[in-house]
Amino acid sequence: MNLEIDIAGVKLKNPVMTASGTFAAGKEYSEFIDLNNLGAVAVKGIATNPWLGNPTPRIAETYGGMLNSIGLQNLGVDHFIKEDLPFLRKFDTKIIVNIIGNTVEEYCEVAERLNEADVDLIELNISCPNIKKGGVAFGTNCESAEGVTKAVKKVSKHPLIVKLSPNVTDIKEIARAVESGGADAISLINTLLGMAIDIHRRKPVLANITGGLSGPAIKPVALRMVYDVAKTVSLPIIGMGGITSGDDAIEFIMAGATGVAIGTANFFNPRATMDVLEGITEYCHKYDIMELREIRGII
Amino acid sequence: MREINKREKIQSFILENSEINPNIFRMIVSSNRMESEAIPGQFVNLYCKEGSRLLPRPISICDIDKTNNTLTLVYGVVGKGTKEFSNLKPGEYIDILGPLGNGYIIDKDIDKHILVGGGIGIPPLIELAKNLNGEKYVYLGFRSDIYLVSEFERIGAKVYIATDDGSYGTKGTVVDLLMKTNVDGGMVYSCGPKPMLKAVSDWAKEKGIKAQLSMEERMGCGIGTCVGCVCKIKKEDSWEYKRVCKDGPVFWSEEIVWNE
Repeated sequence: MNLEIDIAGVKLKNPVMTASGTFAAGKEYSEFIDLNNLGAVAVKGIATNPWLGNPTPRIAETYGGMLNSIGLQNLGVDHFIKEDLPFLRKFDTKIIVNIIGNTVEEYCEVAERLNEADVDLIELNISCPNIKKGGVAFGTNCESAEGVTKAVKKVSKHPLIVKLSPNVTDIKEIARAVESGGADAISLINTLLGMAIDIHRRKPVLANITGGLSGPAIKPVALRMVYDVAKTVSLPIIGMGGITSGDDAIEFIMAGATGVAIGTANFFNPRATMDVLEGITEYCHKYDIMELREIRGII
Repeated sequence: MREINKREKIQSFILENSEINPNIFRMIVSSNRMESEAIPGQFVNLYCKEGSRLLPRPISICDIDKTNNTLTLVYGVVGKGTKEFSNLKPGEYIDILGPLGNGYIIDKDIDKHILVGGGIGIPPLIELAKNLNGEKYVYLGFRSDIYLVSEFERIGAKVYIATDDGSYGTKGTVVDLLMKTNVDGGMVYSCGPKPMLKAVSDWAKEKGIKAQLSMEERMGCGIGTCVGCVCKIKKEDSWEYKRVCKDGPVFWSEEIVWNE
């Protein structure tokens, strides 16, 4: 059995990745799992300079999911290159750097700073719902999504994944727009905008009022969007949204995903990525699947 | 697959789980080697069995028993997750990850300690008091009913009590009590609600005593990856958000920015 996949010319030993913002830069989870077993690690979003993030509370648990309004707190690209990258590079796994910005220029600047860095892929984050200016503001409009994709593609030496927001009327349009902009791959979905209210305090639970919903609660929506996008574009897709098991991952692959990313599950099961990988392996054994190609997009 | 280690959630055997006060429970679990590395002020993640409740509940370690290899966790029933824990029976198992976070720093040269706890912030001060040499002055603030007081007395601490309604000890806040007794010492250690911590911090600053505070915040993962549970920490001439679960929960009071 061979679980290898190819994302924009980059060979991953298996389809299991981490979702940006749920795995920091890998250090904490290296106490729980062998990072060498991961297809890729997508690190938390990185900007030109440090971002403070949003006030607290930033987390709320909801039925079968969670809301977060972290607001892309990060220490900036220089800190990442100096402090985080050397640690992660020690492992035999591919590195996906999620990049963020308030303006097209800022996205480009981070991408350029990473040109000389030893990373494998860039993931353009135009879908975070927790910031006012950048993030989702770019990802919910075809023109701006295509524009920022084109601009970053022009300056970046690394293959470019674009991460899509589910908070749109028609995700297929946005997928087509980033494909036209020159994206090498698409990842989806980012979190769904939601909220929770503390009825005893008569206030929103989150200081930011709204936050991004993730976890098993969103899986059916994510799966449907992966299915739609896979039928619309001819780019490799990294599917994510509520995956907690090998069976979940197989669903996404059947819906058309080449790779899968594990996010919120890491928070309640630090070994979630390994459980998913084992589950995929078991499934393939059971049905004599030699390569994931045999089941990719069969629905 | 190559495996290097590793830390993991452990199914821990529940030896006791009883209500010691209205909505306050004491759970004693087999510590499965956690006791060997745990220090006062650290916490553990407890996980719900009910699948709709995903996130771990961080619970402070109240007592580490290295002889019997057990951990005591005293927790308040504040929501659906802790309600679920309260229904667990001795003989059942619960998933635990820990110990997590940084505990209190213990300076062996200090011989007079002031411990200040409020409500469900009181339990971790028991393990701390056990590990401190010298005189221990413990100030406890409750709403109405009191608990864990005899445990502190057994350790040889001098206990002062304040209750909101005056049903035990002095009526008022624990900080009023601190001021009234005009206690002095080499170090202040505190755990409890934010307004209390702020008042303790101000009091300690005025007295010129260093203080270690255990901060509380809504957590996601508990292991430092989601950056959900942050508090403002001073940095040169500005501030930054630090993670309560990983960089804390214990911080020096002079590091904390209180304007939230």
